[in-house]
Amino acid sequence: MSCANIQVSETPLVLYALRRADDALILGHRLSEWCGHAPLLEEDMALSNIALDLIGQARELYTFAAKVEGRDNDEDKLAYLRDVRQYRNLLLVEQPNGDFAQTLVRQFFYSAFADLYWRAMMKSRDATLAAIAAKSEKESAYHLRHASEWVIRLGDGTEESHRRAQGAIENLWAFTGEMFAVDDSERGLIDAGIAVDPGSLRGRWLTTITDVTREATLALPQNEWMQQGGRSGRHSEHLGHLLSELQSMQRTFPGLTW
Amino acid sequence: MVTVLDRDGDLRQRAWDAAASVVDPEIPVLTIADLGVLREVVLDGDHVEVAITPTYSGCPAMNMIALEIEFALERAGFQHPRVRTVLSPAWTTDWMTEEGRKKLRAYGIAPPQASNSRRALFGAQAVACPQCGSDNTELLSEFGSTSCKALWRCKACREPFDYFKCH
Repeated sequence: MSCANIQVSETPLVLYALRRADDALILGHRLSEWCGHAPLLEEDMALSNIALDLIGQARELYTFAAKVEGRDNDEDKLAYLRDVRQYRNLLLVEQPNGDFAQTLVRQFFYSAFADLYWRAMMKSRDATLAAIAAKSEKESAYHLRHASEWVIRLGDGTEESHRRAQGAIENLWAFTGEMFAVDDSERGLIDAGIAVDPGSLRGRWLTTITDVTREATLALPQNEWMQQGGRSGRHSEHLGHLLSELQSMQRTFPGLTW
Repeated sequence: MVTVLDRDGDLRQRAWDAAASVVDPEIPVLTIADLGVLREVVLDGDHVEVAITPTYSGCPAMNMIALEIEFALERAGFQHPRVRTVLSPAWTTDWMTEEGRKKLRAYGIAPPQASNSRRALFGAQAVACPQCGSDNTELLSEFGSTSCKALWRCKACREPFDYFKCH
């Protein structure tokens, strides 16, 4: 066994599955970093539970991607043996945990999107994607409720929690646009009824975000400029550090199994 | 012909019974049949394949359950049994048997209510205390000690309890 990076034949469908799998894995890993550090025991368990759901979703999607690719790859190789530039996740999910407000606002932005996304994907013409979506949709509904309640609690809490929640929104807002972007590779799958058109979800996403932040007495930035790059492998410096931890066992002991 | 069918029917039933005896490692009062996780037992000659459906995407008990099913079938005399995971249709707590719900309550876990997974974002739910039966309860944490449970407290008897979330 070697620990060299694997090569992946990124047909549109493989790339599509990898993007969603990478979102789930990277966000799941970020949340797992809170294990043992969260401000309350209940939150320690909640964040670990959500991490577990996300990593489970990632496993299904990687397995699907490997099957579609039809080569020698599998879920472990796709997770452990691709380097930063081969990862296709949103920039939003790789952002560092920061404080609790930063983590929860990141989760809120993502879960409000994922909940709509999975529900739409349940209608995919691809039976496996539809099945993965049906499973994930139920989980994301819980994740969204949890994050929404925290955004309200933090925003409408103390002066300190309000300040931190507002700061997190301003810090992360520019990463939300990437969720709705579509490139040529995905356009074909959308037209074929296999992929979801994320642009069609933006209005409902914004309604959820607006309603919750208003109740939380928080303000949304007016800034409309959005940062992109993750979907094509151009990442922030944070992802490399995350992967070096996530992949260290496989890179050190190639082929290691439990 | 009839005898052949009977033989297969008996074998299949024996395989089903063996698989159905496997319990959830995290809630050992529930069998996988009670949970609705056991979907199908297929017989191909003397080989048996069992289909199960995961509760939550990342539930770590699923690997354990698959392994236990293989052991149970081997103990029942089936060689090289296979376990297949099916994702569709997605598992729901509506598949939990009435027997399973009773066992859960007796074990101190409030059973899941009828599924309403698209409930309003902050919709209220009334969960009865498995200890004293009171409806005067409150949610402490949406996420409990395992993927499938939330933590509640009874305001009547003051006992905290697990609630098996509807899904």
